[in-house]
Amino acid sequence: MSVDTRTGTATEAPARAESRQWTARVRHAAESAFPPDQLLPDRQPAYMASWIYVFGVLTVVSLAWVIITGCILAIMGPSWWHVSTTGHFVNSLHLWSVEAFFFFMVIHLWGKFFMAAWRGNRRLTWATGVISFLVSVGAAFTGYLSQQNFDSQWISTQAKDGINSTGAGAVWNVLNFGQMLMWHIVLLPIGVVIIAGLHVLMVRRHGIVPPFAEGDSDAEAATTAAAPAEGLA
Amino acid sequence: MSPDTKKRRRFNPDRDVTPWKGAYVPYDILKEAFVAFLAVAVLIVLLAVVFSSPDEPAITLKTWSVVNPVDFAQTAITELDGTSATASYGPPYNSTPDSSQHIGFFEPEQWFGVHQPIDTAQDFVIGPLRTLPNQPVTQAALTLYQSASPGQQTAWTTAYEKAVANATDVNGRLHVPAGRYGPVGVIVGSLTDMAQTGGLDGTLLSEGQFYNTNYTKPLLFLADGTYLADQAQAQHLTGSQWGMMNETGNYPGQAWLWLYTMWYQVAPMNSSSNGDLEVWAIMMVLSVGLIFLPFIPILRSIPRWTRVYKLIWRRHYRELAGT
Repeated sequence: MSVDTRTGTATEAPARAESRQWTARVRHAAESAFPPDQLLPDRQPAYMASWIYVFGVLTVVSLAWVIITGCILAIMGPSWWHVSTTGHFVNSLHLWSVEAFFFFMVIHLWGKFFMAAWRGNRRLTWATGVISFLVSVGAAFTGYLSQQNFDSQWISTQAKDGINSTGAGAVWNVLNFGQMLMWHIVLLPIGVVIIAGLHVLMVRRHGIVPPFAEGDSDAEAATTAAAPAEGLA
Repeated sequence: MSPDTKKRRRFNPDRDVTPWKGAYVPYDILKEAFVAFLAVAVLIVLLAVVFSSPDEPAITLKTWSVVNPVDFAQTAITELDGTSATASYGPPYNSTPDSSQHIGFFEPEQWFGVHQPIDTAQDFVIGPLRTLPNQPVTQAALTLYQSASPGQQTAWTTAYEKAVANATDVNGRLHVPAGRYGPVGVIVGSLTDMAQTGGLDGTLLSEGQFYNTNYTKPLLFLADGTYLADQAQAQHLTGSQWGMMNETGNYPGQAWLWLYTMWYQVAPMNSSSNGDLEVWAIMMVLSVGLIFLPFIPILRSIPRWTRVYKLIWRRHYRELAGT
């Protein structure tokens, strides 16, 4: 290795040593999986001309608003919105952003189902989307338990029977406000953001699924299933 | 078989795609996201301004005992004699035999056992009353009750249950017909008084420390009575009214729970003693099935058979037909 005598830094690292570095390996893997023009594409296949594609991005930006409004509520504390007009308005924004999030996500999910969007090595993209939906249901549910009002009382006392019947009630007590609040504002949002983030990265990696070819059928001419997934470039 | 042959398999239109060789068009993904961000902001602000959000105040034990002292006393006696829903619940609150839900041998509630032990007589009635200062009559009644034989205790509580069934509410005060219920009348009467002053709310929440966030005990006590359910019935929130997917007022609530809630409306789950576990088992199977749907024959073919995709990609197919 040669060293720049003025700065004391290595100017040339042997390729072999670099290839053993964890950092270099991760960088190479990331560069290989997500070339910049694939991560942030400026063109898309012409078949993308449909309104159904809007619901994916609407879901993501609704999630952003859920997080923003939730953070404002978190800054002021769980009781603020009960005693402040401003707090109640922020809570309303939080509620409606959640409603919008689920509305857009369900349309997105059904759209992807009818497009059979798992085709072409996109099964993991589908799976992360569904898991993201399920974790979001948990996040919203704990939000309802954390409201500290009649809805929380009724929903928690009703839900306990279902949760307890699975045995999960031994460690996950829906009647414990403190525990549910922590799940709602820390653990489940982290889960949603990580899984939704993976989902978006997979969409970027594999691109959007192409339409069924005219005459697609089981008797279609044989081709390789390992055909390259539809890329963007 | 050569590795090359091994890799090749029959094209399956529900699994594979023909790589796109058509045109690409300019698409500003960040601009789309920014516009969507603003559009959703406008949407949620409008919805928040027009519809606000529900915030029905929580019910306290004080409210309950003042508004309906009879129901409170009728519930309190079941907590004392161990016949309330919580007292006979089983895991995770207590170990009542044959109380766990099960599907055949599958009985997870029982396997996990008791993790939040609750003795309703001690935790909901005797314990809180023992914290009251300067109440010699109440303390004497408790001592008499606790030192009596189980048979005697049952005789007193049974007599009180019969009497309190005909109790009346006179200007917020509990009036129970006379009977041979020994110290139980004083015990339940004192607990009602304690609840009406608000003392029971704090005592049930207390876990021996200053800060508390666990509402398990007051919520279970509240849920054992009929007052909470009556309020929920009035708000269309009970199980037969599609239950907890709704919320107070005319709000959409957790509409995404429609499928989960639907199973509670249909037989056999709507009348089964194992209904909760059965519904959860169904939902677990469906959820896992949805995750692995791309691997499930027939189900993964539905999009191709229904041809809804023709509507989604109608411009693409129109252009294809035109060429």
